[in-house]
Amino acid sequence: MASSIRVRATANGDITEVQALIQHPMDTGFVKDSKGELIPAHFIQELKFECNGKDVFVAEWGTAVSKDPYVKFSFKGAKKGDDLKVSWTDNKGVSDTTTAKIS
Amino acid sequence: MTRRAAILLGSAFVALAALAFASPRVVAADKVDPVADAKAFQNFFFQKFPNVRHEDFVNGPYSMNEDMKRQWREKEEFPPYEFALDAGKEMFATPFKNGKTYADCFPNGGIGIRQNYPYFDEKEGKVVTLELALNRCREANGEAPYSYVKDEMASLTAYMAFTSRGKPMDIKIPDDPRALAAFENGKRYFYTRRGQMNFSCASCHVQSPGERIRAEILAPALGILNAMPIYRSEWSGMGTTSRRFITCNSQTRAVPLEPQADEYRDVEYFLSYVANGLPISGPGARP
Amino acid sequence: MKRSLPIAMLLALSFAPPARAATEADYKAAYVAAEAASKEAAALRHQWTTTVSTLATARKAADGGDFDRAFAAAKEAEALAKASIFQATSEKEAWKTMEIR
Repeated sequence: MASSIRVRATANGDITEVQALIQHPMDTGFVKDSKGELIPAHFIQELKFECNGKDVFVAEWGTAVSKDPYVKFSFKGAKKGDDLKVSWTDNKGVSDTTTAKIS
Repeated sequence: MTRRAAILLGSAFVALAALAFASPRVVAADKVDPVADAKAFQNFFFQKFPNVRHEDFVNGPYSMNEDMKRQWREKEEFPPYEFALDAGKEMFATPFKNGKTYADCFPNGGIGIRQNYPYFDEKEGKVVTLELALNRCREANGEAPYSYVKDEMASLTAYMAFTSRGKPMDIKIPDDPRALAAFENGKRYFYTRRGQMNFSCASCHVQSPGERIRAEILAPALGILNAMPIYRSEWSGMGTTSRRFITCNSQTRAVPLEPQADEYRDVEYFLSYVANGLPISGPGARP
Repeated sequence: MKRSLPIAMLLALSFAPPARAATEADYKAAYVAAEAASKEAAALRHQWTTTVSTLATARKAADGGDFDRAFAAAKEAEALAKASIFQATSEKEAWKTMEIR
C-alpha cells in the first residue's frame, strides 16, 4: 500500500520549510453513516517530525483536525540531504511512518 | 432639433414594431447553431471579465478573486487530490479479472483523451460521458460498475484528466440531428429554472460568477467542467461531474435526477462544447 | 355597489363553516390530491425536494393520529407540487429569456 504520508522539505539557507499531507479519515465520533449508525471516533493523536535524532515538530491532535490533514511549518538547523522522519499514531493504535530527504 | 427627435422617435417605433413582428418568426425559425452559441457564450464571459485571462476561466472561483487565487496557488504545491490521483493511476493500470485493462477500452490507451469527452455516439444516438464510458468498460469486462458519485470513479477520472492537462477542450458535434438535439436539450436544461428556489444553472454561474453565495465564490459556467473531477473541502473528498450536478440540484431544492440521466449527459455536452478551446485543468481543488 | 361588497363578504364569513378538527377522511382526500400532483411534477422532471419531505411529514403525522397536522401538511405538499408544475410549464418557454445569445 502506498504511504499515507506525503512530505516535502526544502532547505533555504538555515531554514527548512516542511509541507506534509496525511491521508486519514479523522472521524470525530459524532457523525452517522448512511444507515444512521455512529461512525466511531478515529483520529490521529500524535504527529511527529524528527530530524537528526531531534524532534522538530510534535503535535497532539484531536477530533477538531480535518480529514486528510495538511501541515506546513519551518525550522532551523537542518541542511540539504538530511533525513526528515515523519510519523503518526492514531487512537486505534494504527501508525505510519516515512522518511524524506531534505532538498 | 425637435424634428430630428421626432424622426428618431418615429424610427424607433418602426424598429420596435418590426422587431415585434419579426421576433415570433425568428424564434420559430431558430436553428440550433452550436458554433454561434459557443462564440456568444465565450464572448459574454470575456466581456464581463475583461481582466481574466481566457485560459484562467477553467480555474473557477480562483479566476474571480485575487485572495482565493493566492491561497489556491499555495494549495496547488501540495494538492489535496494527490491521493486520489495516485489511486486512480494504480486502478487504471490494474488489469480486470479477464486480464484486460481500461486502456483497452479507450483510444490512445486512455491517455490524454479527457478533452474529447463527452462525445456523441452516433450508433447509440446519445451523448457518452467519460464516467459512463468507464463504467461501460468495466461492465464489458465483467466487472461491477462503480458508483458515479464516489471515490473510485473520481480517482479514475482524476488520473485521466491529469494526463490531459493543458490540452484544449475539443468536443465535436457531428452533423446528426440527434447530436444537435442533445446539444439543444443540454442548453435548455442549463437555463431552465428548477427547484423551490427557482434557480437555473445560469442563475448562479452566468448571472453571478465572482459573487458570493454564503461564504463561497461562484464559479463562471465557462470552463466549469474543464476542472472535473474536483476535491472539495466542503465534501472533504473528491467529486465527479455527476456529483456536482446532483448537489447543485438539491441545493436549489430540486430532486436530483439519477446520475448519467439523459439530461445530465446533454448538459455536460453543452457545457463542454461551449468551453472548446479552453484547457483541461482537472483534477481541481475547490473550497 | 360599493357597500354591497363588504356586506357580501361579511355574510360569506358568517356562513363559513366553524373551524373543526380535520378527520382521517379529510387527510386522505388531501393526501391523494397532493400525491397525484407530486407524481405529475416528478413525471415532468421538476419535482421539488420540499414536496417530497412535506408529503413524508403528512404521512408521519397521520401515522401518529394527528390528522390536523397531517391534513395541513398534505395541503401544503399539494400547493408545492402545483407550484413546481407551474414552474415546469412556464419554463418550457421562459428559459430562453436567460439564454446568452
